[in-house]
Amino acid sequence: MSTTTATIFRPYSQQDALRSDRSAGDRQRHRQKVREAIRGNIADLVAEESIIGKDKDKIIKVPIRGVKEYRFIYGDNAPGVGQGDGNAQPGQVLGRQQGQGDKKAGDQPGVDYYETDVTLEELIEIMFEDLELPDMERKTLREVLSQRISKRKGYRKAGIRIRLDKKRTAISRIRRKLAVQRGVGEEWDEEERFPFHNDDMTYRHLEPNTRPDSNAVVFCIMDTSGSMDMMKKYLARSFFFLLYQFVRTKYEHVEVVFIAHQTTAKEVTEDEFFHKGESGGTFISSGYTKTLEIIQERYHPTLWNVYAFHCSDGDNFESDNPATLKAAKELCSVCNLFGYGEIKPLGSPHYENSMLSTFRDMKADNFQVTLIERKEDIWPSFKAFLARDKISP
Amino acid sequence: MDTNWDVRDLEYWDEKIREKVEEFGLSCFPQEFEVCDHFQMLGAMAYSGMPSHYPHWSYGKSYEKLKTMYDYGISGLPYEMVINSSPALAYLMRDNTLCLQILTIAHVYGHNDFFCNNFTFSSTRAELTLNLFKIHADRVRKYMEDPSIGVEKVEELLDAAHAVAIQCRRNLAIKKLSTEEDRLRLLDVAKPLADPFQNVHKRQTYVQPDLQKTPPSPEEDILLFVRDHNPYLSEWEKDLLTIVHERERYFLPQIETKIMNEGWASFWHREILNSLHLPQELHLEFLVRHNQVVRPFPRGLNPYYLGLRLWDDIKRRHDDPTPEEIEKYGKPTKTGMQAIFEVREVDRDASFLRRFLTEELMRDMDMFQYEPRGEELVVSKVSDREGWREVKETLIKNVGLGTIPVIKIEDADHGHNRVLYMRHHHDGRDLQLEYAERTLAYIQRLWGHEVMVETAVNGKKVLLAYSDKGFAVKER
Repeated sequence: MSTTTATIFRPYSQQDALRSDRSAGDRQRHRQKVREAIRGNIADLVAEESIIGKDKDKIIKVPIRGVKEYRFIYGDNAPGVGQGDGNAQPGQVLGRQQGQGDKKAGDQPGVDYYETDVTLEELIEIMFEDLELPDMERKTLREVLSQRISKRKGYRKAGIRIRLDKKRTAISRIRRKLAVQRGVGEEWDEEERFPFHNDDMTYRHLEPNTRPDSNAVVFCIMDTSGSMDMMKKYLARSFFFLLYQFVRTKYEHVEVVFIAHQTTAKEVTEDEFFHKGESGGTFISSGYTKTLEIIQERYHPTLWNVYAFHCSDGDNFESDNPATLKAAKELCSVCNLFGYGEIKPLGSPHYENSMLSTFRDMKADNFQVTLIERKEDIWPSFKAFLARDKISP
Repeated sequence: MDTNWDVRDLEYWDEKIREKVEEFGLSCFPQEFEVCDHFQMLGAMAYSGMPSHYPHWSYGKSYEKLKTMYDYGISGLPYEMVINSSPALAYLMRDNTLCLQILTIAHVYGHNDFFCNNFTFSSTRAELTLNLFKIHADRVRKYMEDPSIGVEKVEELLDAAHAVAIQCRRNLAIKKLSTEEDRLRLLDVAKPLADPFQNVHKRQTYVQPDLQKTPPSPEEDILLFVRDHNPYLSEWEKDLLTIVHERERYFLPQIETKIMNEGWASFWHREILNSLHLPQELHLEFLVRHNQVVRPFPRGLNPYYLGLRLWDDIKRRHDDPTPEEIEKYGKPTKTGMQAIFEVREVDRDASFLRRFLTEELMRDMDMFQYEPRGEELVVSKVSDREGWREVKETLIKNVGLGTIPVIKIEDADHGHNRVLYMRHHHDGRDLQLEYAERTLAYIQRLWGHEVMVETAVNGKKVLLAYSDKGFAVKER
């Protein structure tokens, strides 16, 4: 064959270009699959970044471990060939395997990372999509009546100046004028002034609108003593994140308070909370007392739904345990939900103390103790925690 | 975006390029160019350039991935994309400069010539390509719209079919025998050879071939075999398997000739542009662009670079051999041009490298072999006197279909129990087990009964089995 027929050039046409988003359908199907994948390792994805308190329309770039397409491939022991700059030597290290830094991702060939845009809103929607707690939702909404903006309701002949409805007032005057005209008949003088009368005045009527409003506050209490390392904080953070997001879907107005404690407790910012390590021993009761104080001061339980969760590795001073128990009971009486998560990553030394046995005596319905050993435990323990939600007092 | 050209410029340069194409003796399919923007280009790439293609989520994924890489500047878009069809269809990026367009057009003719003449492409039926893909797309859509089948089922089957599609016959130039022909062949092979010294020799024993076995000899086309031997598949399922198989078969030659093909096209765009007497500023830009395209990747392998080096070397060795080369390979009998035109017809990447990648070239390009050691990748062999052969072997294993494990169906009725028994032809590289497990699950879905594959892991023979009870590894 030869090039006897003329080559054809098809110029660019914007119209075609706009119409030709041919992969839209397949992208959507892929997205659905990605959503399923996200749901699978949600805690993983969100623990990375400072998201707590972020705007819900914020777009997050989520790196997706691709929805894999499986086929027979070679494994780790397959060598490859590359090209050097002229002085490659046996034994020279080329670098880590793909996915540098991340041990797990590295040694699996064909793991493809790419990013997809998800709004935080969407992410949360995915997260709670399969959380089957419909009853709980209804009972937790302890609604606090609050007077918000007033609502317009009808018109009145009396009122304050600022609510004068000029249009209706004018109409009312014209109506009166026509009536007078008809009564007077032929002798009507067009030139004569026809002023507004008090009867013409029409005022908008407003009624104060009481609406059930819902406020909630989430207390994140964490042990920041020397024994809490990055891994433990990471686990705690994932849990707090879930709690915050969940509470936020249920209430209109949600505030978060971060309380860090070792032997003493103080209120800190999110950043300090997660990134500042401290040293020293642990008095868990100090954290609880501080929480109670703040609740009394700023978040009175008659106006606020209070959720508190405490993460610690359970390494409390023996002598503090009675005080802790007492404070915990008190917290249960003011909180919708109060939880304690003991974080013991697998492989932590066993001689460490545990608060699990101490809390066994707690009888409150709205108290939940969970043990978190690894990332995979977070979601189940979170679900268990929510299942405890009590009927509001 | 403003560009410094319009379609008339392209036509003007195209005419000049085609004069050169004919002068150099390239023979091409008729050519069509389409100017597109980068969204269209990404779209075209996601579907391997096919103007119509059946839908599947993996193409959406492919698009997202390409777009991510493009948005982050990890990879740019190719200057062109050309598909093997008659007429050959190529996409040109709207935002490229005139120089790039000229380079691209010349490059496309190089690919076109390669598609038209290389033996691996002879089975792809270029005249029918576009139509075939369109018909397939229509059929798949029809099944998706059929209320008794639906998107979910079609997609599930396509997932399974895609997983094994590439497990197919590797050399399409060898005729595929029917079951009957294969049995006759086996009988023929089993016959003792005529022996002129039969009086002296011990009598040869005749081993009766097992003609009851299905398949008579190991079978590579997994999809087709399943289609023909699983009676429980419905017609639409069989049709989908055929469609997926044909799609894969169409793309195989491109996988097998990546280095040759890119090298060939780069060789010709360089030759053509150098002979065009471009105005100086265009020529300078061309030099820059050309060097970007064919530069070596540090620690990787750029097929454009490798291919071009080899083509240049073949030509030089015929036109202008060094005395040592004459001593080593004999005096060349052909001109450089004759040699490269012949090679472009009869080779594929594996044979191309085996025949023409010399020790000297490898040393010059500083090729090395690397292996994972712990978490690191470590250079294990370099192209010195002792190591180059091994580096070359490894390279050949890593091009074309060398990256795909060879897995053949041995017996469709293993243990008289309708178990599909396959064997992985182990060449020192183990299968990745997670992937093997999931792929077996797909084959089990297609076969409708237990499947197993014989392979080796860390030097031990094992059987990987997948039945409705799940995955199992059996040691043998």
